[in-house]
Amino acid sequence: MEHAQLLIWLACAFGLFMAWGVGANDVANAMSTSVGSRALTIKQAIWIAAVFEFVGAYLAGGEVTATIRSGMVDAERFADAPDLLVYGMLASLLASGVWLLIASHFGWPVSTTHSIVGAIVGFAAIGVGVDAVHWEKIGAIVSSWVVSPVLAGVMAYLLFMSVQWLIINTRDPLRNAVRFVPVYIFLTGFIVSLVTLLKGLKHLGLGLGSGQSYGLAAAIGLVIAAIGALQIRRMRFDPSADQRFHFTNVERVFGVLMLITACAMAFAHGSNDVANAVGPLAAIVSIVNTGLVSSKAAVPSWILLLGAIGIVVGLLTFGQKVIATVGQQITELTPSRGFAATLAAASTVVLASGTGLPISTTHTLVGAVLGVGIARGIAALNLRVIRNIFMSWLITLPVGAGLSIVFFFALRALLSG
Amino acid sequence: MPIKSFVAEMFGTSPIRPLQVHMEKVCACVQQLEPFVQAAVDGRWEVAAQLQAEIAAREQEADQLKHELRAHLPTSLLMAMDRRDVLELLAMQDKVANKAKDIAGLMLGRQMAPPAALAPLFVALVKRAVAAAMQADTAIEELDELLETGFRGAEVGQVREMLRELDRIEGDTDAMQVELRAALFKLEQELPPVDVIFLYQVIEWIGDLADRAQRVGSRLQVVLAQ
Repeated sequence: MEHAQLLIWLACAFGLFMAWGVGANDVANAMSTSVGSRALTIKQAIWIAAVFEFVGAYLAGGEVTATIRSGMVDAERFADAPDLLVYGMLASLLASGVWLLIASHFGWPVSTTHSIVGAIVGFAAIGVGVDAVHWEKIGAIVSSWVVSPVLAGVMAYLLFMSVQWLIINTRDPLRNAVRFVPVYIFLTGFIVSLVTLLKGLKHLGLGLGSGQSYGLAAAIGLVIAAIGALQIRRMRFDPSADQRFHFTNVERVFGVLMLITACAMAFAHGSNDVANAVGPLAAIVSIVNTGLVSSKAAVPSWILLLGAIGIVVGLLTFGQKVIATVGQQITELTPSRGFAATLAAASTVVLASGTGLPISTTHTLVGAVLGVGIARGIAALNLRVIRNIFMSWLITLPVGAGLSIVFFFALRALLSG
Repeated sequence: MPIKSFVAEMFGTSPIRPLQVHMEKVCACVQQLEPFVQAAVDGRWEVAAQLQAEIAAREQEADQLKHELRAHLPTSLLMAMDRRDVLELLAMQDKVANKAKDIAGLMLGRQMAPPAALAPLFVALVKRAVAAAMQADTAIEELDELLETGFRGAEVGQVREMLRELDRIEGDTDAMQVELRAALFKLEQELPPVDVIFLYQVIEWIGDLADRAQRVGSRLQVVLAQ
């Protein structure tokens, strides 16, 4: 293939650019409920985000990456002209990177996932041919964008109700908090590690059976719960803190849980959203190296690593400022609500990541927050934001597609000439 | 890039704390009524004038808080409490302070002191009416706990009990009003007629004060019933 070296460098540059964008703005959204509930400091949040975004991207980012890379387009359609797919993927990266930059500049609530999917469908359908797109797969992806916020909302509603029933609306909320919060910690650790073990670790070649995976996930969950329980035991409760607001100490116990769910959320976000940047990159690298359009080969670890690094760099250069601002903006979220919303969103996202569906992490989180709001758990939610999200949802797909079509023809003219 | 997060933007400002702050201010206003009336009974009109100014100032501040809360309550909010309930509660709370100001204003303006024979009963009625406002405040102070419990469970029962107590206090003021009017009726022949008319009016207004405090409670009951 011509310009092989150049193409790989371009792909790495565009991929890093997009991963940087994800880290710069999207991570702050994912961490917003954790930071907003005041359960962790800004510094802790940034550390958790950096570590767990990285781990999530590297350990569990493979499935979604595979989908973005080769699940949406028909590989056979490109067998004769693999260079078209390379240009298309380059165009898609550039298109969504540019669109995200524009949207971020104006503060529009767009999703990185929606823009990359729109971009890939755009170049494939218009640049190559409508039959080059796996429409049934796209249908599944688009419906997952509706299902995931709803699922997260329902889960958050139920989690919140269970917290009310088991802890807050009981005779001795503090005692029940000490008793039940470790159970929720276990649940968080169990779900996240189970999905990761079952679906995410293929590229590391661990080859665990599903029975082993369940056992190991339970063990991980228990260890985390034990650590959490120990933390809670060590807390000194000050009864006088409950005078103005009777649940101050109870909320402090939830703070420990919030810390764990914040880790889970960063992990989930890394596992789902790194793919938006590295999926096209993986496709390009494999075609350029082999000359073949294959949908089977595993995603190389170094590509996931590159994406993970990009996200962390974005987080450290710009994202931490956004996280700090978010912490000041959200003033009314208590840890018991923040936890319900975050855990629901994180579980939904890791589940989706496990099945390879690229969903929007932040839209899922918005759905989860709304679920708690509907249960009368949050004093006030601004519904206008939800309308804006829906609008940008509708706009992002055609814009991403349009931009990538333009870039596709431009790149093809430039590079194959 | 702007420093913005749309998940963060979803969280509106809670109306609950401002509602509580407003009620605290209303109580700060109403509480001055007790020393004011005592000063009036004792004929210390300079002190009374000071206290009346105090009452008017607090009422003004409460008004200010009311306007601020109204201005910060956009229609696009999904709230744990219905928007209408928040606005109604606010209006009800504000009326309590208004009544206290009216009472102090009228009494100071006409330099009216109840006749010595009625004074103890009169002061007692005022105290009980102020207690009604304080009890309404106690219930309003539970709003953040109600939010924490999602307006369910034992906390709701606790607030309901507070509201029943408020009803009892208001009932007391009704009984005291009847007693006071009856006592005034026996004396009214010996007093200047205009003074008597206004005394009846002030008694009525003190009753109204308790009544308005009770209405704050009734509105809160509607919130709980949802």
